[in-house]
Amino acid sequence: MADVLKERHDKEYNKYVSDVTPKHSCLLNCIKAFITGGTICMIGQIFMTLFLNAGMSNDKSASFTTLSLILLSVLLTGLNIYPLITKWGGAGSLVPITGFANSVVAPAIEYKKEGQVFGIGCKIFTIAGPVILYGILSSWVAGIIYYIILKMR
Amino acid sequence: MEQSKGQQSILFKEPPYVIEGASVVGDKEGKGPLGEMFDHVSEDPMFGMNTWEEAESCLQKEAVEILLSKSRVSKVDVKYMFAGDLLGQLIATSFGLMKFDIPLFGLYGACSTMGEAMSLGAMTVNAGYAKQVIALASSHFASAEKQFRFPLEYGSQRPLSASWTVTGCGAVLIGKTKSNIRIMGITTGKIVDFGVKDSMNMGACMAPAASSVIYQNFMDLGVDESYYDMIITGDLGYIGRTILIDLLKEKGYDISNKYTDCGIEIFDQNSQDTHAGGSGCGCSAVTLCAYILNNIKKKKWKRVLFVPTGALLSTVSYNEGKSVPGIAHAVILEHCN
Repeated sequence: MADVLKERHDKEYNKYVSDVTPKHSCLLNCIKAFITGGTICMIGQIFMTLFLNAGMSNDKSASFTTLSLILLSVLLTGLNIYPLITKWGGAGSLVPITGFANSVVAPAIEYKKEGQVFGIGCKIFTIAGPVILYGILSSWVAGIIYYIILKMR
Repeated sequence: MEQSKGQQSILFKEPPYVIEGASVVGDKEGKGPLGEMFDHVSEDPMFGMNTWEEAESCLQKEAVEILLSKSRVSKVDVKYMFAGDLLGQLIATSFGLMKFDIPLFGLYGACSTMGEAMSLGAMTVNAGYAKQVIALASSHFASAEKQFRFPLEYGSQRPLSASWTVTGCGAVLIGKTKSNIRIMGITTGKIVDFGVKDSMNMGACMAPAASSVIYQNFMDLGVDESYYDMIITGDLGYIGRTILIDLLKEKGYDISNKYTDCGIEIFDQNSQDTHAGGSGCGCSAVTLCAYILNNIKKKKWKRVLFVPTGALLSTVSYNEGKSVPGIAHAVILEHCN
């Protein structure tokens, strides 16, 4: 009985808390994310066009574009500018490859003090680790589905 | 005279004095509304050290050094230190206070540590076990972020309910030497859990604990809010303030016109981008030493109920789906001539 009462009380309190807690505007966040993500993609497109014009093949230009964006993100993370971009742009700067680079470099910088092995080595993927693990898992699942579809044709 | 009052309170027979207070803070706190009042503001967030943890230790060391020199007390005349911080296994305290060679009680009360340290310090002095003791607590924005959230350079959006950990250490000398401020009594808080699981809304997690300890203080002493000139919580922030006022109203007490929170006082919400306000052990500790003690000394407030608040969580308990219970400890501070 006491448990049920506490549960009800806690539920009411949590509801009250969510009523008095201010939240970011979702629409505004979406717009900001759209602008930020779009800008990053545009920069990528500029790189791509530059590499193509320099006479690289399509595949090669794509790889170099990815590498350039990663380099840019790493530099901006080191200069402590990337967090400011994400603070404003939210998911717009988290989702592209630049966000991934940021999530790998940030722990590397923070944990360097704890040593090359137990600091950087063990902790570099604390944020990106789940993305890598489940990214590989889901691409494996997608691969199997693709294989089955091919077989059925 | 019976010193134990009610279920959770003590009124001291010989109330110890708060002889002196000292505060050391970082740059952001120095630029806040209380900036002028701190004893030392360091522009270097590393405090000349190599790591964030060392920086926080340095905060504690400097605060105690300033405290000893301000009060002209030699460290051999301090019987005990009651100290704590937020880091795992209290490393800021261990490495910061080692060199003083003073017997130490290391405390963990999350952000309520200053209240816990002062309570135990005052009890020790009142009981005659020591002539003078030091109570202190510290926190550092970067070491707390690293331990509880993300690496500093990682980009993320802080919710509006999130608070900003104060970089700072406040230390007080409690003893029998006369001063203008006395610790009349204490009310020790219980762990209160209203089932909030959002660690980014600490005000909501801790407000029930603050409400419980303030209510118990009124009950044990047989008083109401009019007994105090000011009731000041540790780091409930803006959301916690709203909730605390509502919770106490439900119990029939309206503290809204004599209540503030250290987390609200220490930063300017609009210009400093601190969302819900300041937090951390250092928040209540430095605000006490720089702002509250001064106002009691100047007699602006004659009697203050100082209530540091703590959220009892770790990244492990949070990941394992536990709620975030709160705790708060009340200290009655009074002006005396």
